[in-house]
Amino acid sequence: MSMPRAARGAFTIWRVLLLAQLRESPARLLVTVVAIALGVALGAAVYFVNSAALNEFGLATKRLVGEADVVVRGPREGFSEQLFTRLARDAAVSAASPVLELDVALPGRRDTLKVLGVDPFRAATLQPALIGDIGGGLFALFQPNGIYLSSSAAQDLKLRRGDLLQVIVGSSPKALRVLGILSEGTYSRELGLMDIASAQWTFDQIGRLNRIDLRLSPGNDVDVFRRALGQHLPVGVVAVAPQVERDRAISVTRAYRVNLNMLALVALWTGAFLVFSTQSLSVLRRRRALALLRALGVTRGQLQRALIGEGAALGVAGSFLGVLLGVLFAAAVLRFLTGDLGNGQLRAVGASIRTAPLPTLAFFVMGTVVASIGAWLPARSAARQPPARSLKGGDGDYAVVARQSTYAGVALLGVGAALSPLPPMGGLPVFGYAAIAALLLGAILLVPTLTVKALSLAPHTHRIVLDTAVAQLRENVGLSTLSLASIIVSFSLMVAMAIMVYSFRMSFDHWLGKLLPADMQLREPLGSDTAFWSAADQAKLATVAGISRIEFRRTRLLLLDPERPPVTLIARGATAAQAAEELPLVRSDKLPLPSNAEPAWISEALQDLYGYKLGGPIDLPLAGRTQRFTVAGIWRDYARTTGSIVISRQAYLAATGDAGANEGSVWLSAGANAALTEAALRSRFARGDSFEILTSTALRERSLQIFDRAFAITYALEAIAVIIGLTGVSFAASSTALARRAEFGMLRHIGMLRRQIVGMLASEGILMSAFGVAYGLGLGTALSLILVYVINRQSFNWSIDLAIPAWQLAVLSVTLIAAAAVTAVWSGRAATSQDAVQAVREDW
Amino acid sequence: MADPAVLRLENLSKRYSPDRPAIFERLELELRQGEYLAVMGESGVGKSTLLNLLAGLDQPDSGRVLLEGTDLSTLDDDAVTLLRRRAVGFVFQAFHVLPYLSVRQNVALPLDLLGVTEPERGLRTAEMLASVGIAPLAARYARELSGGEVQRIAIARALVHRPRLLLADEPTGNLDPRSAAQTLALLRAQVKANAGAGILITHSRAAADTADRILVLDAGGLRPMGPHG
Repeated sequence: MSMPRAARGAFTIWRVLLLAQLRESPARLLVTVVAIALGVALGAAVYFVNSAALNEFGLATKRLVGEADVVVRGPREGFSEQLFTRLARDAAVSAASPVLELDVALPGRRDTLKVLGVDPFRAATLQPALIGDIGGGLFALFQPNGIYLSSSAAQDLKLRRGDLLQVIVGSSPKALRVLGILSEGTYSRELGLMDIASAQWTFDQIGRLNRIDLRLSPGNDVDVFRRALGQHLPVGVVAVAPQVERDRAISVTRAYRVNLNMLALVALWTGAFLVFSTQSLSVLRRRRALALLRALGVTRGQLQRALIGEGAALGVAGSFLGVLLGVLFAAAVLRFLTGDLGNGQLRAVGASIRTAPLPTLAFFVMGTVVASIGAWLPARSAARQPPARSLKGGDGDYAVVARQSTYAGVALLGVGAALSPLPPMGGLPVFGYAAIAALLLGAILLVPTLTVKALSLAPHTHRIVLDTAVAQLRENVGLSTLSLASIIVSFSLMVAMAIMVYSFRMSFDHWLGKLLPADMQLREPLGSDTAFWSAADQAKLATVAGISRIEFRRTRLLLLDPERPPVTLIARGATAAQAAEELPLVRSDKLPLPSNAEPAWISEALQDLYGYKLGGPIDLPLAGRTQRFTVAGIWRDYARTTGSIVISRQAYLAATGDAGANEGSVWLSAGANAALTEAALRSRFARGDSFEILTSTALRERSLQIFDRAFAITYALEAIAVIIGLTGVSFAASSTALARRAEFGMLRHIGMLRRQIVGMLASEGILMSAFGVAYGLGLGTALSLILVYVINRQSFNWSIDLAIPAWQLAVLSVTLIAAAAVTAVWSGRAATSQDAVQAVREDW
Repeated sequence: MADPAVLRLENLSKRYSPDRPAIFERLELELRQGEYLAVMGESGVGKSTLLNLLAGLDQPDSGRVLLEGTDLSTLDDDAVTLLRRRAVGFVFQAFHVLPYLSVRQNVALPLDLLGVTEPERGLRTAEMLASVGIAPLAARYARELSGGEVQRIAIARALVHRPRLLLADEPTGNLDPRSAAQTLALLRAQVKANAGAGILITHSRAAADTADRILVLDAGGLRPMGPHG
């Protein structure tokens, strides 16, 4: 089938124009392609890494839960195994598997090992994939104090079959014999598998379980059964669908993942902006040639299609390269960083990249479409330009374009302002992102008008270099704003991110200072269910020489809502008054609480996610009973995004009878040596390395290091965006300088010194980049308010105080202005060469 | 004693590369105050190269260019530029006026470069605009004007600072016959009125006839035009 004549015409023009572009400015096209490729690569890599990690995460959870229809889950301290007896006898239940699931503390390690205590015969029915791999048959698991390790755990702990694994129970070490290693395919993460009786004995949980997996007989409605069961379970025990278990784990990282995707999208759109900017400049540069084509009979539609085709061609090349780079980058992250893109919560050991054809194609199409959109506006404007006007040259009708874009710009700013205070949607700051997009686009559309306005305010200095530079900018404001747009977009986003990250870092640092007033911190491994100090242990620690004061805390997880991740309960301070001391409160109830009310201080996340109000009640499932507390204050907690509650140890002890503690703060006596005190503290226990002791300074430094690592990728993405923006400015400067060669030649003829011309170009570069930087600073600051007060709050459910990194922004601004000036000077030097003198003889 | 010649060429030779024949060799020329000279020649014979050498925009391989008695080869680029700024005015075939400046600003450019301040700058610009007949267009921009009008701006700009030497390179090449005739008359009148000297590079015999004398540039160098052209 032959191509219609009009399409053939457009194709011919597209080919001619593209080949001419390739011949004349291959470097510019190459950099544009690379910019698109980077945007696509970042988006694709983030997607592939996260989907591989999530997939691996989901598979692992599925292995743990197995083929259960319902999971009955209780608090970590468990519930009586009588519940299992009752459920196993239920007519609707065809199989029930009791589980004791614990995060076990290991001496000398900060992380814990997940250990499942199971009844091998029952687990063989519900978790066949996990149990089926036990070498030597199921009976092997019955050996007392024996444990099977997953391959990953064995590698991590450097243990082989027959070795002893030391675990911490209470404050004492216990040894378990490694009975065997599960094959790699059985479970990809770190896991220990024990017989349930042995686990109960080892971990002092005799008669206790904390999970029961149930499979229902055919014909039973799972949801109906689950809801009915839920009403008859003890306080703190819930019945959930297995999917909820997986989603609960994954939801913790969702906001972080979405934010990363947004950053990748920003890089992609910055690439699109570069296409827009370079295509607009290229169209302006070629306007007489394009007008000539129109005069020779090329239709408006053919010209428009040909020019959009140029952008699409760049998009195809960039997207192809981008997808390839994205897959390579993702494979490298999975291979060397175990899929962790910075927040440390989504490690995926053993995950491999799965390049599904549909998402791959989607990224390819996205890059191409985005580049075509970037080319669409300049193509449309070129096709609409009357040929006679273009043949004459000049950019004088830009005022009309500027006026039109002003209305759209103001409207978009209004939309952005209206969207920003809206609440999250599905737990995500969807409207916040939309507000940023609207404000960014609106502000860009206002650039022409504001540039015209700013230039009209420029005074006449009677310095020919400066006055001519201003006149040139005023006349070619369209060209100037186009080159500015990409740097404004990338710089404002960088400013916004820099302010947000700096604000967060300052707030985090302040928070650490407030939370760590003591000289030293001691704690059992984070999240451990087995390690704690008994009242006697605490007394032993308190008598160590060199300590002026020691305070203990008990932290543990509580499941308030089965659909959500557990929250952290912190029992601290002997009395209610002491519990609230040194807590970074953002709001608190000044009124005295009723005499019978027990106060609790909740983190902002708990307020946002669960809707608890200051002064209102909060019911906590403790020791199988519902205990009512009153919210006495809201505090800021950067350590736990899923929420945390502080109560006094007195109240905790009264509710649970648990006098244990797993964290402590130590104030040293005057002149006491921290290292000696640490050694003395460790000497109080059989295994001195069983818990962690850090000076508050070291803990603060480590926390800040983790913080910086989490934001490293955002800095990298910002830097790429700014480099892309600067590249746009550089192209604009060099192509403008080349287009003005004849002008420079004439100025040299009439006696303008070479350095005066270079100075004129530098003045133009400095003036425009200074305007762009000032505009970017203003816009970026406005966007940072949405990042700080809307997106951050709605993503992570904690507040931060706005802080402006003045020095950092000043250095960045000066660097950018200098870079733009250097680019202009460099372009000017090339354009004022001897060729420029000859250029006055060229007609055009 | 000061050199009475505005411009003197002594033994001037130029070639672009050693393996190519010289553009011209051992050119000699003297141009006195008030003299208006036309140089004709075929395309590629080196007319524009000659103009560049005269203005100090290019260096000869041998020989000297003396402008107002100053040997250009003894000056560095800045000094040549400053001399050109003061003593030379240019008119080009393609006009080359700056589209982003008004007519008045374009004409005043050389005065700005020379540091002439108000009110003298305004007076001299206004006088020049009036003398080339475009005073009413002073506030307008070049893109709004016809070719003939734009070339008048270029002529006004070339003469506003009263240079000793006017160099015009095919100034009527882009103009219609009527505008061309007006431009040539204007150029001659302005050279005479400013008591300077002028060189008109042209292909056109009619244009060349407006000059006091005509020289032809060819492989043999600069020679006077014969009675039959």
